[in-house]
Amino acid sequence: MKAFFILLATIVAFPLAAQDGAPPAPFAYRQLDNPAQEAAAQELMETLRCLKCQSQSIADSDAAMAGDMRHQVRIRIAAGDSPDEVRDWLIERYGDYVSYEPVMSATTWPLFAIPVLLVLVAGLLFARRFRRRA
Amino acid sequence: MIAEIGLAALWLAAALAVLQLLGGVLALRGGTTSDIAALTRPAAILQGGLVAVSFAALLYVFAITDLSVKLVAMNSHTLKPLIFKLSGAWGNHEGSMLLWVTVMALAGALIAGIERRLPEKTMQATLAAQGFVALGFYAFLLLSSNPFERLAQPAAEGLGLNPLLQDIGLALHPPTLYFGYVGLSVAFSFAVGALVTKQVTPAFARAMRPWILGAWVFLTLGITAGSYWAYYELGWGGYWFWDPVENASLMPWLAATALLHSASVLASRDALRVWTIMLGVVAFSMSMLGTFLVRSGILTSVHAFAVDPERGSFILFLLALYIGGALLLFALRAGAISEGERFSVASREGALVVNNVMLSAILAVVLLGTLYPLLTEAFDVRVSVGPPYFNPVGAVFTFPMLAVMAVGPLLRWRKDGFGRITKELALVGAVLLSGPILFALLFGMAILPLLGLSFAIALAVASFLPLKGRKLRRVPVETWGMVIAHFGIAVALFGMASESAFSTEKLAALEEGGTTQVGPWSVQLQKVEPVAGPNWTALAGRMTATYRDGEPVEIAPQSRNFWAPPQQTTESVLVTRWNGQLYAVMGSDANDGRWQLRLWWKPFVTLIWYGGLLIALGGVLALVGRVQKDLKRRYVTRRAAERRVDMENG
Repeated sequence: MKAFFILLATIVAFPLAAQDGAPPAPFAYRQLDNPAQEAAAQELMETLRCLKCQSQSIADSDAAMAGDMRHQVRIRIAAGDSPDEVRDWLIERYGDYVSYEPVMSATTWPLFAIPVLLVLVAGLLFARRFRRRA
Repeated sequence: MIAEIGLAALWLAAALAVLQLLGGVLALRGGTTSDIAALTRPAAILQGGLVAVSFAALLYVFAITDLSVKLVAMNSHTLKPLIFKLSGAWGNHEGSMLLWVTVMALAGALIAGIERRLPEKTMQATLAAQGFVALGFYAFLLLSSNPFERLAQPAAEGLGLNPLLQDIGLALHPPTLYFGYVGLSVAFSFAVGALVTKQVTPAFARAMRPWILGAWVFLTLGITAGSYWAYYELGWGGYWFWDPVENASLMPWLAATALLHSASVLASRDALRVWTIMLGVVAFSMSMLGTFLVRSGILTSVHAFAVDPERGSFILFLLALYIGGALLLFALRAGAISEGERFSVASREGALVVNNVMLSAILAVVLLGTLYPLLTEAFDVRVSVGPPYFNPVGAVFTFPMLAVMAVGPLLRWRKDGFGRITKELALVGAVLLSGPILFALLFGMAILPLLGLSFAIALAVASFLPLKGRKLRRVPVETWGMVIAHFGIAVALFGMASESAFSTEKLAALEEGGTTQVGPWSVQLQKVEPVAGPNWTALAGRMTATYRDGEPVEIAPQSRNFWAPPQQTTESVLVTRWNGQLYAVMGSDANDGRWQLRLWWKPFVTLIWYGGLLIALGGVLALVGRVQKDLKRRYVTRRAAERRVDMENG
């Protein structure tokens, strides 16, 4: 029975311990020295999704994975990669899901078409009514 | 015992909702004089009392931490401070739904008790609709989310409450939003009542308006508070994440804003009848949708929803029933309601129509962006829709709306020309145009913050123009309300644009005694020391922060570890000056004797929430002004009636 509780405690405590145990990657919480590169990295990080969180970018998450991704983004930008190259590399690894940047594609076009359509319809309706009155 | 009393009161309330529905329906069919019709109002009032008893019972079992009640055992803990024990009562699914029906039943009791302006048939239909909506939520609570369920074996200790939620923000945030959601349910009931009797009149709009205004004030406060809570509690300085849960509160607000303006047109000009009814239905749909999104578990994943579908399906069913039913009724009856008074494009009504269309478009953008990822996920395609979509696409509709908002209040009702207000137009236009040039030259800014700052300044000026040439003391209270609310939008917009344009971030690893710079601040880490609380331990970083050459300020942000349930949180510290906030977060050990700090300097960021408060204040003033006028009107009618009786007798 006692062994069971120790086992249980280990299972419960393990994820926390794992999180604390491994030190965060160096650039997870460190900015690049070159301000232009840091700004570019920051802008990119704000459009990348933290895969472990709900609706947070990697720029504002404490999750260990977000830290690792920030580290990756910063060292790649520092190595001279363009933000788009870094994004493409991350998309290749994690899929389209990782990027918040809206791209018009076969799966996303309704996101842009529907609002425009709506305003056109509303405009038409009201235009007709106003004309009828004049 | 107390828990059982709560449950019994809830069942009785549900029974009274049935009576309220039947009474209303029979009154519509058999005339308002029948015996059962006379029961509709008392049923609604008694129901409010019973649900209040039920909610009080829930508060009681949480206050004494009665661990034989399942909900308490799952969500509370004996070591929690009392305020968080109480707020824990609604910080969970069952409790929050009980809070929802409580507010709803109290609102129903209030309209049944005091609203006597509308034709009695419309009132009966309204109360029947109200009872019908309430009934669905009672069924949901009693059949699938009983908050008073007992455990066969009382738990030894509660499981605790998510530490992120152990905060005064949580104690107040959900109730505020629910007041808003439920206020819109009353507007919805009025809209259904008016549809049933086909009497869409200015009197109807005036009866509905205080509820819209009240709901809108609460939603505004709820969103503002929620945003500030995310800002200081999540520890990264973000104030809006376009998270589906946030969107769930923004969508009803957008619909309520549109409804508020179109109801004003209906009340004072007898125009936009059908559109107002439509918005009444849409606004409550958005509240229901918000509840569905937050409460169904569909947000974590569509697949998680499919694993435990009972509750989600139930709310989805209610959503379909009420919204589908109301839309069907709307489709059947809308043709029978004439469109009302006419007006030209260049008029107050014309501007409000543009405002309504733009608000609806923004609503569509938020709705689409929120639901689209869920939709594609059902087909196993995962799409991320986030700030890079919402910000620019929303802005396409927001900025034209702001431009119309600056000019609209200057126009006259019915028919006007822009020629009459050329001076004002020129002033607003000049401010609008000089802004971008100035900011672009000075700071070389991105386009959205640039537009935001210029529009904010132009709108701030424009919002006061309606007062020009008027004796300030004779301006009606509700006009002050409009001016202040519009000014609040400008203030909040300025805060958002400034935050995104001028914030500076500093991530630093410091030894004790080390100093770093962020913007105009220099921050020195004095000492790192352990601190213990009732259910947590923490590392506190004692720092001194100095703004330029000013007095140093002592701050001590913490990194906290809760143990029930185990979770790490950051307790950030904010140093507020008139021109912005310093945001300091204590990070973890850098493993080389240094400590990680996160620091931000955010110029004028506080204006975001001051703006929100101003908007709410404007709503309160409008509400006060309208209610005063209604009371006066009622008094005058009563006096006239009395005089008529006197004359007949004399």
